[in-house]
Amino acid sequence: MSSSCHESGQPAAPMTQLPQVALVGAPNAGKTSVFNALTGLNAKTGNYPGVTVSRFAGTCRVGDRRFAVEDLPGSYGLDPVSLDEQVLVDALDGNGMRAPDALLIVVDATTLRRSLGFVAQVLARGLPSCVVLTFTDELLRRQGAVNVDALSQALGVPVVAVVGHRGHGLAELREQLLDWRDWPTPVIPPPVDPGERDAWVESVLSYAGYRAAQPHGHTRRLDAVLLHPILGTVVFFAVMVLFFQTVFTLAAPLQGGVEAFFGVLSGWVSVHVTNPWLSGLLGDALIGGVGGVLVFLPQIMLLFLLISLLEGVGYMSRAAFLMDRVMGRAGLEGRAFVALLSSFACAIPGIMATRTLPSARDRIATMMAAPLMTCAARLPVYVVLIGLLVDPTATFGPFGLQGLVMFGLYLLGAVSAMLAAWAFKKFGDRRGQPTPFYLEMPPYRLPAPRAVLLAVWGAASSFLRKCSTIIVATTMVLWLLLNLPLHSTEQLQAAGVDTADSAAVSAHVVDHSYAAEVGRLVAPVFDPLGFDWRINVGVLSAQSARETFVATLGQVAAAEDPEEPGDALRAMTYSDGPRAGQPIFTAPTIAALLVYFAFALQCVATVGVIRRETGTWRWPLVAFGYLTVTAWLLAYLARTVTAVFVG
Amino acid sequence: MTSRTFEQGTDGRPGAEARHGDRPRGEARCGERTLADLTPSATAQVVSVSVPGSPAVARRLADLGFTPGAKVRMLRRAPLRDPLIYLVKDYEICLRRAQASCVNVVAVDR
Repeated sequence: MSSSCHESGQPAAPMTQLPQVALVGAPNAGKTSVFNALTGLNAKTGNYPGVTVSRFAGTCRVGDRRFAVEDLPGSYGLDPVSLDEQVLVDALDGNGMRAPDALLIVVDATTLRRSLGFVAQVLARGLPSCVVLTFTDELLRRQGAVNVDALSQALGVPVVAVVGHRGHGLAELREQLLDWRDWPTPVIPPPVDPGERDAWVESVLSYAGYRAAQPHGHTRRLDAVLLHPILGTVVFFAVMVLFFQTVFTLAAPLQGGVEAFFGVLSGWVSVHVTNPWLSGLLGDALIGGVGGVLVFLPQIMLLFLLISLLEGVGYMSRAAFLMDRVMGRAGLEGRAFVALLSSFACAIPGIMATRTLPSARDRIATMMAAPLMTCAARLPVYVVLIGLLVDPTATFGPFGLQGLVMFGLYLLGAVSAMLAAWAFKKFGDRRGQPTPFYLEMPPYRLPAPRAVLLAVWGAASSFLRKCSTIIVATTMVLWLLLNLPLHSTEQLQAAGVDTADSAAVSAHVVDHSYAAEVGRLVAPVFDPLGFDWRINVGVLSAQSARETFVATLGQVAAAEDPEEPGDALRAMTYSDGPRAGQPIFTAPTIAALLVYFAFALQCVATVGVIRRETGTWRWPLVAFGYLTVTAWLLAYLARTVTAVFVG
Repeated sequence: MTSRTFEQGTDGRPGAEARHGDRPRGEARCGERTLADLTPSATAQVVSVSVPGSPAVARRLADLGFTPGAKVRMLRRAPLRDPLIYLVKDYEICLRRAQASCVNVVAVDR
């Protein structure tokens, strides 16, 4: 049916024969840790057919029997108010997929008074159900009480208390799973009318001897500071600066290490593989491509480590509470802030972090905005171009002008990201009702190390598995385009190229490559921006990853040091056309280039991740299309405006 | 029932009169009317939930614990006065002003 069906992470054939057990519950009930405890590392992530909702499925082994376990989207009720909740209801009804055979209703014991209303709605569906009671240890610590057996009698279904991070109760839960066919069902189904439901909940609670937990003292005291109008805001910005700094400073040496490792590897290839063409393909394209993917890994793992730590502690909800009003201006909600902030480092973990948003529309809007945030890969390009544009000694007041231009570009990225999110939220899907915003404030807890590590592992492995192929393939194709057709030494010498000078050789090869032909072919497109075909080749090669622009320009300009092409670039002139002989890198051209790089989606990895997270090619294509068109238009505007000012 | 309550709420008078029986006469005018009007640490009791044009959102607010008769305590406001945190049914939940103003309440004496 939908093009994404075959890749939707559906269990392999034998798994469909297994009894299907689905986990349902509120977003903070501990569903994911119960799921992880049951399935271990066997979980598969994918998407539900045709929608941008992630699907988590795995298998659970009890003795010699196996169960297919699925973690359904979290919800507070079964009247859907978002796409994700529609998926939950469809899954329960078996609408478009196989209905579960049995349900595990995961309930936070400290929110039992609210959660039993949800239990009533689920039980009314009549599927064999078992209630999994989490956080009972916390309930006891906060002077609450509940009799699990009495609760089971009052509800008429089995109840198992599980303390996920300690592993308590898991054996009992597995035992229960074996008997799912014999699970008792309520003699009288719970009332569906909300008014009667409250009375039913109170009667169940009193039968089960429920005593509500006392307010959590630490949480009260911490919130008095962390959510204080002034102090809380100060702490929030401190946490975010620290967060950002950690990602940058800790990831940089790790990324350097990854780069160095692959540099050594490709150096080894160029020494041991004598055929220059094969050595280039293996060393530059394959190893370079794999390295280009792996270089993102330290940042992704660090970001997810920090995000899941903040999430596990409970600070993420507080951050979302503090930022909600600001994000509301863009039609987003507080939780989108973290995803956009992460995109300052790299859009890939930022887009992956949109998983924390409960509404699919918000996720799409955030994903469409994330590539606009100034990622680390734009930095080297900006540094070179600003170096060409602005005199390093120029100042504006007490600030260096170069730094100000850089700051302006960061600001441009952030503001346009917010505008893009707003536009996608407003015009993206007019059918849907706006999702109401509500957010549970969990008490502060010590995060379970296992849960944190699983989150990091999950992010890293899904990035590697799903994205490496597409990125490596694109890098190979680009390399082939830049290096074909082949030139023999005789041909090079005949063309007057000094074959001992590798920079000259690569410049000649690039000049006469298919990519150069493409560069000349697209010249009419980029002519109005003042780009000549050599810049076009740079822009095209940067299409796989922005930072390659610097090295490619260096190669094309035949600079002696490809990493510092400034002087060679300054001397570059148009080689043909009406502007022949004039310098290329004038202020209007550089301004156009800067703006083009600020907007264009020149990152194969980002395209791959959007495809991966949305489960369809539609959104990566939309993102690519709208960002490229915007980039061109605004670059043209920047060129025109700059030309007016410069004269 | 929910939509009728909303209409009364918007044109003011009939709604205020309808709730007169619940409170001493003099308080009718200055008494709080929705969750959004509560001040931090004030407590109120939910009368009804009414979201015009979106019964699913009204039901969701009920699922979150804002059912008629439930006691709600406003805990705090965000720095820019929105969103707001409430204590209801033994747990803390954050709502935007837009949603909080859909929950009609009466003040409770502490």
